[in-house]
Amino acid sequence: MADLEELYREIILDHYRSPRNRGELPPPAHRVEGFNPLCGDEIVLSLLVEDDVVADVKIAGSGCSISQSSASLMSAAVKGKSVAEARKLVATFKQMMSIHEATLDDATEEPEPINLRALGELAALQGVVKFPVRIKCATLSWNTLTQGLDELGA
Amino acid sequence: MTTPLDVEAIRKDFPLLEREIHGRRIVFLDSGASSLPPTQVTSAMTRYYESTHANVHRGVYATAEEATARYEAARVGVGRFLGTSAGADEVVFTKNCTESFNLLAKSWGAANLTSHDAVVLTEMEHHANIVPWQQLQQQVGFELRFIPVGDDYQLDLGDLDRLLEGAKLLSVTAMSNVLGTINPLKHLAARAHGAGALIAVDGAQSVPHLPTDVVGDDLDFLCFSAHKLYGPTGIGVLWAKAEHLAAMPAFLGGGGMIKDVRLDGFTAADGTQRFEAGTPPIAEAIGIHAAVDYLQGIGIEAVREHEQALTTYAFEALEAAFGDEVRIHGPGDGPGRGGVLSLTMGDIHAHDLAQVLDQVGVCVRPGHHCAKPLMRRFGLNATARASFGIYNDRDDVDVLVEGLADASRLFG
Ligand SMILES: Cc1ncc(COP(=O)(O)O)c(C=O)c1O
Repeated sequence: MADLEELYREIILDHYRSPRNRGELPPPAHRVEGFNPLCGDEIVLSLLVEDDVVADVKIAGSGCSISQSSASLMSAAVKGKSVAEARKLVATFKQMMSIHEATLDDATEEPEPINLRALGELAALQGVVKFPVRIKCATLSWNTLTQGLDELGA
Repeated sequence: MTTPLDVEAIRKDFPLLEREIHGRRIVFLDSGASSLPPTQVTSAMTRYYESTHANVHRGVYATAEEATARYEAARVGVGRFLGTSAGADEVVFTKNCTESFNLLAKSWGAANLTSHDAVVLTEMEHHANIVPWQQLQQQVGFELRFIPVGDDYQLDLGDLDRLLEGAKLLSVTAMSNVLGTINPLKHLAARAHGAGALIAVDGAQSVPHLPTDVVGDDLDFLCFSAHKLYGPTGIGVLWAKAEHLAAMPAFLGGGGMIKDVRLDGFTAADGTQRFEAGTPPIAEAIGIHAAVDYLQGIGIEAVREHEQALTTYAFEALEAAFGDEVRIHGPGDGPGRGGVLSLTMGDIHAHDLAQVLDQVGVCVRPGHHCAKPLMRRFGLNATARASFGIYNDRDDVDVLVEGLADASRLFG
Protein backbone atom coordinates (compact mmCIF):
# COMPACT_ATOMS: atom_id res chain seq x y z
CA MET A 1 0.00 0.00 0.00
CA ALA A 2 2.93 2.34 -0.71
CA ASP A 3 0.90 4.69 -2.89
CA LEU A 4 -1.89 4.88 -0.38
CA GLU A 5 0.50 5.93 2.32
CA GLU A 6 1.77 8.63 0.02
CA LEU A 7 -1.79 9.85 -0.46
CA TYR A 8 -2.82 9.68 3.15
CA ARG A 9 0.22 11.26 4.79
CA GLU A 10 0.11 11.75 8.53
CA ILE A 11 -0.30 15.54 8.17
CA ILE A 12 -3.33 15.00 5.97
CA LEU A 13 -4.94 12.57 8.37
CA ASP A 14 -4.20 14.97 11.21
CA HIS A 15 -5.91 17.90 9.46
CA TYR A 16 -8.80 15.61 8.55
CA ARG A 17 -9.28 14.44 12.13
CA SER A 18 -8.71 17.86 13.70
CA PRO A 19 -9.57 20.46 11.08
CA ARG A 20 -8.25 23.98 11.70
CA ASN A 21 -10.39 27.12 11.43
CA ARG A 22 -13.58 25.14 11.45
CA GLY A 23 -16.89 27.04 11.39
CA GLU A 24 -18.46 30.10 9.82
CA LEU A 25 -17.90 33.83 10.26
CA PRO A 26 -20.76 36.31 10.68
CA PRO A 27 -21.18 39.20 8.23
CA PRO A 28 -19.42 41.27 7.04
CA ALA A 29 -17.36 38.19 6.22
CA HIS A 30 -18.00 36.96 2.69
CA ARG A 31 -19.54 33.51 2.29
CA VAL A 32 -18.73 31.27 -0.70
CA GLU A 33 -19.86 27.74 -1.41
CA GLY A 34 -17.94 25.21 -3.44
CA PHE A 35 -19.25 21.87 -4.70
CA ASN A 36 -17.66 18.86 -6.23
CA PRO A 37 -20.72 17.43 -7.97
CA LEU A 38 -18.97 14.16 -8.76
CA CYS A 39 -18.62 13.06 -5.18
CA GLY A 40 -20.75 15.47 -3.19
CA ASP A 41 -17.91 17.28 -1.39
CA GLU A 42 -19.12 20.63 -0.09
CA ILE A 43 -17.09 23.55 1.21
CA VAL A 44 -18.50 26.66 2.82
CA LEU A 45 -15.79 29.27 3.04
CA SER A 46 -16.13 32.38 5.19
CA LEU A 47 -13.67 35.01 4.16
CA LEU A 48 -12.85 38.28 5.88
CA VAL A 49 -10.57 40.58 3.88
CA GLU A 50 -9.45 43.80 5.52
CA ASP A 51 -6.90 46.22 4.07
CA ASP A 52 -5.85 43.70 1.42
CA VAL A 53 -5.16 41.09 4.07
CA VAL A 54 -6.99 37.80 4.59
CA ALA A 55 -7.86 38.75 8.16
CA ASP A 56 -9.85 35.61 8.92
CA VAL A 57 -11.05 32.49 7.22
CA LYS A 58 -13.29 29.65 8.34
CA ILE A 59 -14.31 26.41 6.73
CA ALA A 60 -17.55 24.48 7.02
CA GLY A 61 -19.06 21.71 4.92
CA SER A 62 -18.29 18.05 4.55
CA GLY A 63 -16.43 15.75 2.28
CA CYS A 64 -13.61 13.28 1.95
CA SER A 65 -10.32 13.41 3.84
CA ILE A 66 -8.53 14.99 0.90
CA SER A 67 -11.01 17.83 0.35
CA GLN A 68 -11.37 18.52 4.06
CA SER A 69 -7.70 18.35 4.94
CA SER A 70 -6.79 20.46 1.92
CA ALA A 71 -9.30 23.08 3.07
CA SER A 72 -7.93 22.98 6.60
CA LEU A 73 -4.34 23.28 5.38
CA MET A 74 -5.35 26.10 3.09
CA SER A 75 -7.08 28.05 5.84
CA ALA A 76 -4.00 27.80 8.04
CA ALA A 77 -1.74 28.81 5.16
CA VAL A 78 -3.61 31.91 3.96
CA LYS A 79 -4.86 33.34 7.24
CA GLY A 80 -3.02 36.58 7.95
CA LYS A 81 -1.44 36.69 4.51
CA SER A 82 -1.88 39.55 2.09
CA VAL A 83 -4.32 38.93 -0.76
CA ALA A 84 -1.42 38.95 -3.21
CA GLU A 85 0.45 36.33 -1.18
CA ALA A 86 -2.68 34.20 -0.88
CA ARG A 87 -3.24 34.32 -4.63
CA LYS A 88 0.36 33.38 -5.23
CA LEU A 89 -0.04 30.39 -2.93
CA VAL A 90 -3.15 29.32 -4.84
CA ALA A 91 -1.15 29.43 -8.07
CA THR A 92 1.74 27.42 -6.61
CA PHE A 93 -0.63 24.85 -5.12
CA LYS A 94 -2.52 24.41 -8.36
CA GLN A 95 0.76 24.08 -10.18
CA MET A 96 1.68 21.22 -7.87
CA MET A 97 -1.67 19.59 -8.57
CA SER A 98 -1.23 19.79 -12.34
CA ILE A 99 2.30 18.50 -12.59
CA HIS A 100 1.16 14.93 -13.06
CA GLU A 101 -0.97 15.74 -16.07
CA ALA A 102 1.87 17.80 -17.53
CA THR A 103 4.32 14.90 -17.28
CA LEU A 104 1.73 12.50 -18.72
CA ASP A 105 1.30 14.72 -21.77
CA ASP A 106 4.86 13.82 -22.73
CA ALA A 107 5.47 17.50 -22.35
CA THR A 108 8.46 18.64 -24.33
CA GLU A 109 8.81 21.64 -22.09
CA GLU A 110 10.08 21.05 -18.61
CA PRO A 111 7.42 22.12 -16.16
CA GLU A 112 8.49 25.12 -14.14
CA PRO A 113 10.06 23.99 -10.90
CA ILE A 114 7.66 24.26 -8.00
CA ASN A 115 8.70 26.06 -4.92
CA LEU A 116 7.75 23.27 -2.53
CA ARG A 117 9.29 25.10 0.37
CA ALA A 118 6.81 27.95 -0.16
CA LEU A 119 4.05 25.40 0.29
CA GLY A 120 5.24 24.20 3.69
CA GLU A 121 2.86 21.62 5.12
CA LEU A 122 0.81 21.82 1.94
CA ALA A 123 3.47 19.83 0.16
CA ALA A 124 2.02 16.82 1.98
CA LEU A 125 -0.79 16.88 -0.58
CA GLN A 126 1.71 16.16 -3.33
CA GLY A 127 0.80 12.47 -3.32
CA VAL A 128 -2.66 13.35 -4.61
CA VAL A 129 -1.37 13.89 -8.15
CA LYS A 130 -0.92 10.14 -8.48
CA PHE A 131 -4.68 9.79 -8.02
CA PRO A 132 -6.11 11.97 -10.80
CA VAL A 133 -9.73 11.59 -9.69
CA ARG A 134 -8.83 13.03 -6.29
CA ILE A 135 -7.18 16.19 -7.64
CA LYS A 136 -10.63 17.80 -7.80
CA CYS A 137 -11.08 17.02 -4.11
CA ALA A 138 -7.77 18.67 -3.24
CA THR A 139 -8.36 21.80 -5.34
CA LEU A 140 -12.00 22.39 -4.34
CA SER A 141 -11.26 24.74 -1.43
CA TRP A 142 -8.59 26.58 -3.42
CA ASN A 143 -10.94 27.25 -6.30
CA THR A 144 -13.52 28.38 -3.78
CA LEU A 145 -10.98 30.76 -2.26
CA THR A 146 -10.20 32.22 -5.68
CA GLN A 147 -13.90 32.65 -6.33
CA GLY A 148 -14.33 34.42 -2.98
CA LEU A 149 -11.42 36.78 -3.60
CA ASP A 150 -12.73 37.52 -7.09
CA GLU A 151 -16.21 38.24 -5.77
CA LEU A 152 -14.74 40.62 -3.21
CA GLY A 153 -12.75 42.34 -5.95
CA ALA A 154 -9.71 41.71 -3.80
CA MET B 1 -21.31 -22.54 -2.18
CA THR B 2 -24.81 -23.63 -3.00
CA THR B 3 -25.65 -21.49 -5.94
CA PRO B 4 -27.86 -21.97 -8.91
CA LEU B 5 -25.14 -20.42 -11.09
CA ASP B 6 -21.86 -21.88 -12.23
CA VAL B 7 -19.99 -18.66 -11.52
CA GLU B 8 -16.64 -20.15 -12.39
CA ALA B 9 -17.86 -20.93 -15.90
CA ILE B 10 -19.60 -17.58 -16.23
CA ARG B 11 -16.44 -15.70 -15.23
CA LYS B 12 -14.66 -17.18 -18.26
CA ASP B 13 -17.01 -15.16 -20.48
CA PHE B 14 -15.70 -11.90 -19.03
CA PRO B 15 -12.09 -11.29 -20.09
CA LEU B 16 -11.90 -8.06 -18.11
CA LEU B 17 -12.02 -10.13 -14.92
CA GLU B 18 -8.56 -11.46 -15.77
CA ARG B 19 -7.09 -8.03 -15.22
CA GLU B 20 -4.98 -7.22 -12.23
CA ILE B 21 -5.22 -3.93 -10.38
CA HIS B 22 -2.30 -2.89 -8.17
CA GLY B 23 -1.10 -6.47 -8.38
CA ARG B 24 -4.42 -7.87 -7.20
CA ARG B 25 -7.16 -9.69 -9.08
CA ILE B 26 -9.88 -7.23 -10.05
CA VAL B 27 -13.00 -7.55 -7.90
CA PHE B 28 -15.73 -5.86 -9.86
CA LEU B 29 -18.52 -4.73 -7.55
CA ASP B 30 -19.91 -1.88 -9.64
CA SER B 31 -22.41 -3.54 -11.96
CA GLY B 32 -25.03 -1.11 -10.66
CA ALA B 33 -23.14 1.66 -12.45
CA SER B 34 -22.26 -0.38 -15.52
CA SER B 35 -21.86 -4.11 -15.90
CA LEU B 36 -19.15 -5.87 -17.87
CA PRO B 37 -20.05 -7.30 -21.27
CA PRO B 38 -19.40 -11.02 -21.93
CA THR B 39 -17.53 -12.04 -25.09
CA GLN B 40 -20.87 -13.30 -26.45
CA VAL B 41 -21.93 -9.64 -26.65
CA THR B 42 -18.71 -8.10 -27.91
CA SER B 43 -18.14 -10.82 -30.50
CA ALA B 44 -21.72 -10.55 -31.80
CA MET B 45 -21.05 -6.85 -32.36
CA THR B 46 -17.67 -7.49 -33.96
CA ARG B 47 -19.13 -10.15 -36.22
CA TYR B 48 -21.81 -7.72 -37.29
CA TYR B 49 -19.26 -5.03 -38.12
CA GLU B 50 -17.07 -7.49 -39.97
CA SER B 51 -19.73 -9.32 -41.95
CA THR B 52 -22.97 -7.39 -42.15
CA HIS B 53 -22.59 -3.69 -41.41
CA ALA B 54 -24.85 -1.42 -43.45
CA ASN B 55 -27.32 1.31 -42.65
CA VAL B 56 -30.79 0.08 -41.78
CA HIS B 57 -34.17 0.82 -43.36
CA ARG B 58 -32.51 2.16 -46.50
CA GLY B 59 -30.55 -0.13 -48.80
CA VAL B 60 -31.92 -2.95 -50.93
CA TYR B 61 -28.69 -4.86 -51.19
CA ALA B 62 -28.20 -8.08 -49.26
CA THR B 63 -26.18 -6.86 -46.28
CA ALA B 64 -28.44 -3.84 -45.81
CA GLU B 65 -31.46 -6.12 -45.67
CA GLU B 66 -29.65 -8.39 -43.28
CA ALA B 67 -28.68 -5.47 -41.03
CA THR B 68 -32.27 -4.23 -41.02
CA ALA B 69 -33.58 -7.69 -40.20
CA ARG B 70 -31.14 -8.09 -37.34
CA TYR B 71 -31.87 -4.63 -35.97
CA GLU B 72 -35.59 -5.34 -36.01
CA ALA B 73 -35.04 -8.80 -34.54
CA ALA B 74 -33.38 -7.13 -31.56
CA ARG B 75 -36.68 -5.42 -30.68
CA VAL B 76 -38.42 -8.77 -30.65
CA GLY B 77 -35.68 -10.40 -28.55
CA VAL B 78 -35.68 -7.58 -26.02
CA GLY B 79 -39.46 -7.62 -25.89
CA ARG B 80 -39.47 -11.33 -25.13
CA PHE B 81 -37.01 -10.73 -22.29
CA LEU B 82 -39.47 -8.19 -20.84
CA GLY B 83 -42.32 -10.69 -21.02
CA THR B 84 -44.09 -9.59 -24.20
CA SER B 85 -44.37 -11.00 -27.71
CA ALA B 86 -45.09 -7.52 -29.06
CA GLY B 87 -41.50 -6.22 -29.02
CA ALA B 88 -41.60 -5.36 -32.73
CA ASP B 89 -44.19 -2.68 -32.03
CA GLU B 90 -43.30 -1.73 -28.48
CA VAL B 91 -39.51 -1.57 -28.09
CA VAL B 92 -37.99 1.81 -28.98
CA PHE B 93 -34.22 2.07 -28.98
CA THR B 94 -32.75 5.18 -27.38
CA LYS B 95 -29.28 6.19 -26.23
CA ASN B 96 -29.75 5.13 -22.60
CA CYS B 97 -32.28 5.01 -19.78
CA THR B 98 -31.94 8.76 -19.31
CA GLU B 99 -32.89 9.44 -22.93
CA SER B 100 -35.82 7.06 -22.59
CA PHE B 101 -37.22 9.20 -19.78
CA ASN B 102 -36.59 12.35 -21.78
CA LEU B 103 -38.45 10.84 -24.71
CA LEU B 104 -41.31 9.92 -22.42
CA ALA B 105 -41.51 13.39 -20.87
CA LYS B 106 -41.01 15.35 -24.07
CA SER B 107 -43.34 13.26 -26.22
CA TRP B 108 -46.01 11.67 -24.02
CA GLY B 109 -45.70 14.29 -21.29
CA ALA B 110 -45.85 17.34 -23.52
CA ALA B 111 -48.86 15.92 -25.38
CA ASN B 112 -50.81 14.86 -22.30
CA LEU B 113 -49.98 17.19 -19.44
CA THR B 114 -51.44 20.62 -18.78
CA SER B 115 -51.11 23.00 -15.87
CA HIS B 116 -54.07 21.27 -14.18
CA ASP B 117 -52.43 17.86 -14.13
CA ALA B 118 -50.12 16.05 -11.76
CA VAL B 119 -47.31 13.54 -12.11
CA VAL B 120 -46.36 11.36 -9.15
CA LEU B 121 -42.75 10.34 -8.59
CA THR B 122 -41.02 8.97 -5.50
CA GLU B 123 -38.34 10.26 -3.20
CA MET B 124 -36.05 7.39 -4.20
CA GLU B 125 -35.79 8.18 -7.90
CA HIS B 126 -32.59 8.53 -9.90
CA HIS B 127 -32.17 12.01 -11.37
CA ALA B 128 -33.07 10.47 -14.76
CA ASN B 129 -36.64 10.08 -13.52
CA ILE B 130 -36.81 13.51 -11.88
CA VAL B 131 -35.12 16.15 -14.00
CA PRO B 132 -36.95 15.50 -17.32
CA TRP B 133 -40.24 15.98 -15.45
CA GLN B 134 -38.97 19.12 -13.76
CA GLN B 135 -37.88 20.49 -17.14
CA LEU B 136 -41.32 19.83 -18.58
CA GLN B 137 -42.91 21.27 -15.47
CA GLN B 138 -41.05 24.53 -16.06
CA GLN B 139 -42.68 24.75 -19.49
CA VAL B 140 -46.14 23.42 -18.75
CA GLY B 141 -46.64 24.07 -15.05
CA PHE B 142 -48.20 20.80 -13.80
CA GLU B 143 -47.83 19.55 -10.25
CA LEU B 144 -45.07 17.13 -9.26
CA ARG B 145 -45.80 15.00 -6.21
CA PHE B 146 -43.48 12.60 -4.46
CA ILE B 147 -44.24 9.38 -2.62
CA PRO B 148 -42.11 9.62 0.53
CA VAL B 149 -39.64 6.99 1.65
CA GLY B 150 -40.04 5.71 5.21
CA ASP B 151 -37.34 5.05 7.78
CA ASP B 152 -37.64 1.39 6.74
CA TYR B 153 -36.33 2.39 3.28
CA GLN B 154 -39.68 1.44 1.72
CA LEU B 155 -42.08 3.66 -0.17
CA ASP B 156 -44.63 5.00 2.29
CA LEU B 157 -47.87 4.24 0.47
CA GLY B 158 -50.12 5.48 3.28
CA ASP B 159 -51.10 8.60 1.35
CA LEU B 160 -51.02 7.11 -2.12
CA ASP B 161 -54.71 7.57 -2.91
CA ARG B 162 -54.45 11.28 -2.21
CA LEU B 163 -51.20 11.58 -4.16
CA LEU B 164 -52.73 9.84 -7.17
CA GLU B 165 -55.88 11.96 -7.15
CA GLY B 166 -56.09 13.70 -10.52
CA ALA B 167 -52.64 12.42 -11.53
CA LYS B 168 -52.00 11.31 -15.10
CA LEU B 169 -48.81 9.36 -14.46
CA LEU B 170 -47.01 7.49 -11.71
CA SER B 171 -43.34 7.11 -12.57
CA VAL B 172 -41.40 4.92 -10.18
CA THR B 173 -38.20 2.92 -9.98
CA ALA B 174 -38.51 -0.86 -9.84
CA MET B 175 -35.41 -1.05 -7.68
CA SER B 176 -33.52 1.76 -5.96
CA ASN B 177 -29.95 2.13 -7.19
CA VAL B 178 -28.93 3.39 -3.73
CA LEU B 179 -30.98 1.38 -1.25
CA GLY B 180 -31.63 -1.79 -3.21
CA THR B 181 -35.31 -1.53 -2.28
CA ILE B 182 -37.53 -3.48 -4.67
CA ASN B 183 -40.87 -1.77 -5.20
CA PRO B 184 -44.18 -3.63 -5.64
CA LEU B 185 -44.79 -2.86 -9.32
CA LYS B 186 -47.93 -4.89 -9.80
CA HIS B 187 -49.56 -3.29 -6.80
CA LEU B 188 -48.47 0.21 -7.84
CA ALA B 189 -49.72 -0.36 -11.40
CA ALA B 190 -53.12 -1.42 -10.10
CA ARG B 191 -53.31 1.60 -7.79
CA ALA B 192 -52.27 3.99 -10.58
CA HIS B 193 -54.75 2.53 -13.03
CA GLY B 194 -57.46 2.57 -10.39
CA ALA B 195 -56.90 6.32 -10.09
CA GLY B 196 -56.95 6.81 -13.85
CA ALA B 197 -53.18 7.27 -14.18
CA LEU B 198 -50.62 5.40 -16.28
CA ILE B 199 -47.50 3.85 -14.78
CA ALA B 200 -43.93 4.31 -16.03
CA VAL B 201 -41.12 2.26 -14.49
CA ASP B 202 -37.39 2.85 -14.21
CA GLY B 203 -36.03 -0.62 -14.84
CA ALA B 204 -32.35 0.37 -14.99
CA GLN B 205 -31.54 -1.67 -11.87
CA SER B 206 -34.27 -4.29 -12.02
CA VAL B 207 -34.20 -5.57 -15.60
CA PRO B 208 -30.64 -6.99 -15.29
CA HIS B 209 -31.26 -8.64 -11.93
CA LEU B 210 -34.93 -9.55 -11.50
CA PRO B 211 -37.51 -11.20 -13.73
CA THR B 212 -39.45 -8.57 -15.69
CA ASP B 213 -43.05 -9.01 -16.73
CA VAL B 214 -44.48 -5.90 -18.34
CA VAL B 215 -47.68 -7.72 -19.28
CA GLY B 216 -48.24 -9.56 -15.99
CA ASP B 217 -47.51 -6.42 -13.97
CA ASP B 218 -49.67 -4.38 -16.34
CA LEU B 219 -47.13 -1.62 -16.95
CA ASP B 220 -47.45 1.18 -19.48
CA PHE B 221 -43.84 2.30 -19.92
CA LEU B 222 -40.45 0.86 -18.95
CA CYS B 223 -37.04 2.53 -19.34
CA PHE B 224 -33.60 0.95 -18.99
CA SER B 225 -30.04 0.91 -20.35
CA ALA B 226 -28.16 -1.94 -22.05
CA HIS B 227 -24.86 -1.16 -20.35
CA LYS B 228 -26.15 -2.29 -16.95
CA LEU B 229 -27.57 -5.42 -18.60
CA TYR B 230 -24.24 -6.91 -19.72
CA GLY B 231 -24.75 -5.14 -23.03
CA PRO B 232 -22.94 -2.28 -24.75
CA THR B 233 -22.98 1.42 -23.94
CA GLY B 234 -24.83 3.75 -26.30
CA ILE B 235 -28.20 2.03 -26.34
CA GLY B 236 -31.21 2.07 -24.07
CA VAL B 237 -34.83 1.05 -24.31
CA LEU B 238 -38.17 2.71 -23.94
CA TRP B 239 -40.73 -0.05 -23.88
CA ALA B 240 -44.30 1.24 -24.19
CA LYS B 241 -47.63 -0.36 -24.87
CA ALA B 242 -48.26 -0.05 -28.61
CA GLU B 243 -51.48 1.91 -28.03
CA HIS B 244 -49.52 4.58 -26.12
CA LEU B 245 -46.79 4.81 -28.75
CA ALA B 246 -49.43 5.18 -31.45
CA ALA B 247 -50.77 8.28 -29.72
CA MET B 248 -47.41 9.87 -28.95
CA PRO B 249 -45.91 12.63 -31.11
CA ALA B 250 -42.40 12.25 -32.54
CA PHE B 251 -39.45 13.10 -30.32
CA LEU B 252 -36.29 14.09 -32.22
CA GLY B 253 -36.72 15.06 -35.87
CA GLY B 254 -34.78 14.10 -38.98
CA GLY B 255 -34.34 11.14 -41.26
CA GLY B 256 -35.74 7.74 -40.39
CA MET B 257 -38.65 9.05 -38.31
CA ILE B 258 -40.75 10.35 -41.22
CA LYS B 259 -43.22 9.03 -43.76
CA ASP B 260 -43.02 12.13 -45.91
CA VAL B 261 -41.32 15.52 -45.88
CA ARG B 262 -42.50 18.46 -47.94
CA LEU B 263 -41.30 22.04 -47.90
CA ASP B 264 -44.35 22.98 -45.87
CA GLY B 265 -44.18 20.18 -43.32
CA PHE B 266 -43.67 16.52 -42.57
CA THR B 267 -45.65 13.39 -41.75
CA ALA B 268 -44.13 11.24 -39.00
CA ALA B 269 -43.57 7.52 -39.46
CA ASP B 270 -45.74 5.00 -37.64
CA GLY B 271 -44.72 2.71 -34.83
CA THR B 272 -41.39 2.55 -33.08
CA GLN B 273 -39.57 4.22 -35.96
CA ARG B 274 -41.28 7.53 -35.25
CA PHE B 275 -39.10 7.83 -32.17
CA GLU B 276 -35.80 6.89 -33.78
CA ALA B 277 -34.48 9.84 -35.77
CA GLY B 278 -31.29 9.37 -37.73
CA THR B 279 -29.10 6.28 -38.01
CA PRO B 280 -29.79 4.23 -34.90
CA PRO B 281 -27.22 2.33 -32.78
CA ILE B 282 -27.28 -0.79 -34.97
CA ALA B 283 -24.31 -2.72 -33.61
CA GLU B 284 -25.49 -1.84 -30.11
CA ALA B 285 -28.95 -3.23 -30.86
CA ILE B 286 -27.28 -6.47 -31.89
CA GLY B 287 -25.28 -6.22 -28.67
CA ILE B 288 -28.32 -5.82 -26.41
CA HIS B 289 -29.99 -8.68 -28.24
CA ALA B 290 -26.96 -10.89 -27.55
CA ALA B 291 -27.02 -9.72 -23.91
CA VAL B 292 -30.63 -10.68 -23.29
CA ASP B 293 -30.05 -14.00 -25.06
CA TYR B 294 -27.06 -14.57 -22.80
CA LEU B 295 -29.10 -13.83 -19.66
CA GLN B 296 -31.97 -15.94 -20.90
CA GLY B 297 -29.51 -18.79 -21.39
CA ILE B 298 -28.51 -18.54 -17.73
CA GLY B 299 -32.06 -17.91 -16.59
CA ILE B 300 -33.02 -14.67 -14.87
CA GLU B 301 -34.61 -16.57 -11.95
CA ALA B 302 -31.27 -18.28 -11.33
CA VAL B 303 -29.53 -14.90 -11.55
CA ARG B 304 -31.88 -13.49 -8.94
CA GLU B 305 -31.40 -16.49 -6.65
CA HIS B 306 -27.63 -16.25 -6.96
CA GLU B 307 -27.51 -12.54 -6.22
CA GLN B 308 -29.88 -12.91 -3.29
CA ALA B 309 -27.70 -15.63 -1.78
CA LEU B 310 -24.62 -13.49 -2.29
CA THR B 311 -26.34 -10.54 -0.64
CA THR B 312 -27.18 -12.71 2.37
CA TYR B 313 -23.55 -13.80 2.56
CA ALA B 314 -22.38 -10.16 2.38
CA PHE B 315 -24.77 -9.08 5.15
CA GLU B 316 -23.44 -11.85 7.38
CA ALA B 317 -19.78 -11.25 6.53
CA LEU B 318 -20.00 -7.50 7.11
CA GLU B 319 -21.87 -7.96 10.36
CA ALA B 320 -19.38 -10.53 11.59
CA ALA B 321 -16.34 -8.43 10.69
CA PHE B 322 -17.49 -4.95 11.64
CA GLY B 323 -20.74 -5.03 13.62
CA ASP B 324 -22.10 -1.49 13.91
CA GLU B 325 -19.00 0.07 12.39
CA VAL B 326 -20.30 -0.62 8.88
CA ARG B 327 -23.81 0.47 7.97
CA ILE B 328 -25.78 -0.79 5.01
CA HIS B 329 -28.21 1.94 3.99
CA GLY B 330 -31.24 0.07 2.76
CA PRO B 331 -33.68 -2.66 3.74
CA GLY B 332 -32.40 -5.63 5.70
CA ASP B 333 -31.52 -8.83 3.94
CA GLY B 334 -34.46 -10.60 2.34
CA PRO B 335 -36.59 -10.90 -0.77
CA GLY B 336 -37.48 -7.19 -0.70
CA ARG B 337 -34.04 -6.02 -1.73
CA GLY B 338 -31.56 -6.49 -4.54
CA GLY B 339 -27.79 -6.89 -4.54
CA VAL B 340 -26.96 -3.24 -4.00
CA LEU B 341 -25.14 -2.41 -0.77
CA SER B 342 -24.70 1.28 0.04
CA LEU B 343 -22.04 1.29 2.71
CA THR B 344 -20.68 3.75 5.19
CA MET B 345 -18.04 2.98 7.78
CA GLY B 346 -17.95 5.17 10.85
CA ASP B 347 -17.06 8.72 9.83
CA ILE B 348 -14.90 7.64 6.91
CA HIS B 349 -15.96 9.37 3.73
CA ALA B 350 -17.10 7.14 0.89
CA HIS B 351 -14.38 8.50 -1.36
CA ASP B 352 -11.71 7.43 1.06
CA LEU B 353 -13.32 4.02 1.46
CA ALA B 354 -13.42 3.53 -2.30
CA GLN B 355 -9.81 4.64 -2.58
CA VAL B 356 -8.60 2.10 -0.06
CA LEU B 357 -10.75 -0.59 -1.66
CA ASP B 358 -9.21 0.17 -5.04
CA GLN B 359 -5.86 -0.68 -3.54
CA VAL B 360 -6.98 -4.30 -3.08
CA GLY B 361 -8.56 -4.39 -6.54
CA VAL B 362 -12.14 -3.78 -5.42
CA CYS B 363 -14.26 -1.53 -7.66
CA VAL B 364 -17.11 0.19 -5.82
CA ARG B 365 -18.83 3.47 -6.53
CA PRO B 366 -18.54 6.37 -4.08
CA GLY B 367 -20.87 9.34 -4.19
CA HIS B 368 -24.52 10.33 -4.24
CA HIS B 369 -25.42 7.94 -7.06
CA CYS B 370 -27.48 10.54 -8.94
CA ALA B 371 -30.19 10.40 -6.29
CA LYS B 372 -29.60 13.58 -4.33
CA PRO B 373 -33.15 13.99 -2.97
CA LEU B 374 -32.94 10.47 -1.52
CA MET B 375 -29.49 11.08 -0.05
CA ARG B 376 -30.75 14.31 1.53
CA ARG B 377 -33.75 12.45 2.92
CA PHE B 378 -31.38 10.20 4.87
CA GLY B 379 -28.87 12.95 5.69
CA LEU B 380 -26.20 11.22 3.62
CA ASN B 381 -23.48 13.02 1.74
CA ALA B 382 -22.08 9.97 -0.01
CA THR B 383 -21.97 6.21 0.32
CA ALA B 384 -19.67 3.57 -1.13
CA ARG B 385 -21.90 1.30 -3.15
CA ALA B 386 -21.04 -2.32 -3.83
CA SER B 387 -23.36 -3.98 -6.33
CA PHE B 388 -23.42 -7.58 -7.47
CA GLY B 389 -23.68 -9.22 -10.86
CA ILE B 390 -23.68 -12.71 -12.29
CA TYR B 391 -19.87 -12.97 -12.15
CA ASN B 392 -19.49 -12.18 -8.45
CA ASP B 393 -19.01 -14.77 -5.76
CA ARG B 394 -18.19 -15.14 -2.08
CA ASP B 395 -14.48 -14.60 -2.70
CA ASP B 396 -15.32 -11.13 -3.98
CA VAL B 397 -17.20 -10.35 -0.78
CA ASP B 398 -14.23 -11.60 1.25
CA VAL B 399 -11.88 -9.18 -0.54
CA LEU B 400 -14.37 -6.38 0.08
CA VAL B 401 -14.25 -7.19 3.79
CA GLU B 402 -10.45 -7.25 3.68
CA GLY B 403 -10.35 -3.80 2.03
CA LEU B 404 -12.81 -2.35 4.53
CA ALA B 405 -10.64 -3.64 7.35
CA ASP B 406 -7.68 -1.80 5.78
CA ALA B 407 -9.74 1.39 5.72
CA SER B 408 -10.73 0.94 9.33
CA ARG B 409 -7.08 0.60 10.32
CA LEU B 410 -5.96 3.60 8.27
CA PHE B 411 -8.64 6.04 9.36
CA GLY B 412 -9.74 4.58 12.66
C1 LIG C 1 -32.20 3.59 -11.26
C2 LIG C 1 -31.46 4.24 -12.39
N1 LIG C 1 -32.13 4.96 -13.29
C3 LIG C 1 -31.53 5.55 -14.33
C4 LIG C 1 -30.17 5.44 -14.53
C5 LIG C 1 -29.56 6.15 -15.69
O1 LIG C 1 -28.99 5.29 -16.60
P1 LIG C 1 -28.14 5.87 -17.79
O2 LIG C 1 -27.06 6.71 -17.19
O3 LIG C 1 -27.61 4.68 -18.50
O4 LIG C 1 -29.05 6.69 -18.64
C6 LIG C 1 -29.44 4.70 -13.62
C7 LIG C 1 -27.97 4.55 -13.78
O5 LIG C 1 -27.16 5.22 -13.22
C8 LIG C 1 -30.09 4.08 -12.52
O6 LIG C 1 -29.41 3.38 -11.62
